[in-house]
Amino acid sequence: MMDETVVRHLGRDDAARLAALIGTAELQKSLRRPRSMFSFAMNVIVTFLTFVALVPLFSVVYMLVAKGLHAFSMSVFTSLPPSAGEIGGGFGNAIIGTLIMVGIATLISVPFGIMAAIFLAEVGPTTRLAQFVRFSAKILSGFPSVLAGVVAYGAIVMLTGGFSAWAGGIALSLLMLPTVILTAEDAIRMVPPKIREAAIGMGATSTQTIWRVMLPTAMPGVLTGVMLAVARAAGETAPLLFTARFSNYWLDGVSGLSEPTASLAVLIYNFSSQPAVNQQDMAWAASLVLVAIVLGINLIGQSLSSRRI
Amino acid sequence: MIQVQEANGHGAATKNGAENNIVINCDIKELFYGTFKAVRDTMIPIQTGSITAFIGPSGCGKSTVLRSLNRMNDLVRGFRLKGQVHFRGNDIYGPTIDPVAVRRHIGMVFQQPNPFAMSIYRNFSFGLRLNGFKGDKAERVEKALRGAALWDEVKDKLHKSALALSGGQQQRLCIARAIATEPAVLLMDEPCSALDPIATRKIEELMTELKQRFTIAIVTHNLQQAQRVADKTGFLYVDTTQGGRTGYLVEFGDSRELFENPREKHTQEYIRGEFG
Repeated sequence: MMDETVVRHLGRDDAARLAALIGTAELQKSLRRPRSMFSFAMNVIVTFLTFVALVPLFSVVYMLVAKGLHAFSMSVFTSLPPSAGEIGGGFGNAIIGTLIMVGIATLISVPFGIMAAIFLAEVGPTTRLAQFVRFSAKILSGFPSVLAGVVAYGAIVMLTGGFSAWAGGIALSLLMLPTVILTAEDAIRMVPPKIREAAIGMGATSTQTIWRVMLPTAMPGVLTGVMLAVARAAGETAPLLFTARFSNYWLDGVSGLSEPTASLAVLIYNFSSQPAVNQQDMAWAASLVLVAIVLGINLIGQSLSSRRI
Repeated sequence: MIQVQEANGHGAATKNGAENNIVINCDIKELFYGTFKAVRDTMIPIQTGSITAFIGPSGCGKSTVLRSLNRMNDLVRGFRLKGQVHFRGNDIYGPTIDPVAVRRHIGMVFQQPNPFAMSIYRNFSFGLRLNGFKGDKAERVEKALRGAALWDEVKDKLHKSALALSGGQQQRLCIARAIATEPAVLLMDEPCSALDPIATRKIEELMTELKQRFTIAIVTHNLQQAQRVADKTGFLYVDTTQGGRTGYLVEFGDSRELFENPREKHTQEYIRGEFG
């Protein structure tokens, strides 16, 4: 076993002689050496455990595809939810409802979230307010989603006197906000300081530096956070049970946003506990569509965040 | 200790900088970061149309001095300066001075090339828009790129990412970006330290060309570079006698004079490579 220190103690000539003494067997691959054995065993264990971790993941996807495809047809996009025993039917209204409520939530949480992130990262990162907001956002990001529903119920549903897409969107925005704030703050902080210096050195004000340089540079990271938040909101059931409830009818224009509104998540929740087989099948098909939507959003997010310029 | 060569006629008499083509007259008495005194007693007059180099061992405050010439140090928490820096007769640390406006007249090139993660063209349009430039942007961009000897290399990829350029090209882009807005003075903080010798040579040639139109102040670790390009050189050294490490100006004068016939012992030792 020749190492640096030995060589240093021996001097160059001695080191050469020592090297000549080491047999070629010393250089051969062998599992009999303990450290080689250990390394090999660790690799085997790691590989095995990776497969174990994939089992539940793939079984969920397999169940979804197998059961979901069975009830799936193009008419699910164009039909209303079926009653028990009815042939056909779909959940077009729930898809639209989910998209609209997630859209409302995004329109609320993204502007507020990005503004807050700019404050946290650039304007007053060490202020007491920033520490408080950061702490709150961290707490809120682990907030049970049902509480967001209760808050929106108390604040919006009780006040406006009814369940609505607006209330659902606001409940979802409460869930999205901390994710947007924290990931956007991180993304802005990741912009190298030399980029800020370049802008300031050219005579940009702090606002110009933030909006025209820092934010565009951080945009891929900001978008990733937004997409994560959107994907989470699209799958939430609990906040919508208290706020948008469900509807068996198509959304009726803009005024329909003030009425109870269907969503995929609530449809799955309702139908999966029904005794009627056709409704259970619809729940599986809706699950498949919901997973496809979330996957699609994630893929869009990834391609946006890997895009430069 | 401080010996500003008075022979060429700019000493205390030209403090307001209006005479003798002094565009920036830097007179730093004390410069602090918090309670740490980083620099003391540094007087450097910078002459219009010349290249002034700051040399000295690491930690002697040469970059700090350079950065205080366009108020970049304002970004550092706890920065305080006692003394004046006159730019065309105005003290840029005066209470009525807007540091943003100062930086539009005194541009800066940094140690690390720092193009924005945008297209080459938009790297320019950003600065031009800041300055309220109303003319033909494309023409201005071409002029600046030609000025930085980069036009032929990038003219076909103006709308490609500036980050795709090599390090040397990125640094010349940063120089072009700085001169596009036509500042009076260009500060360069070790602009070649991240570059290979060929790119370094190109930037040195560029500096010599640019001094016809812009006044340049450069910080460099490379004594040969100061000797090759600078008209005037200031040598800063670290004083450890009063506790702490405070940089100060040891000697300032014509580069040839300073390198061939330094007056101060510290300068002689540093130039001969006995420390630093």
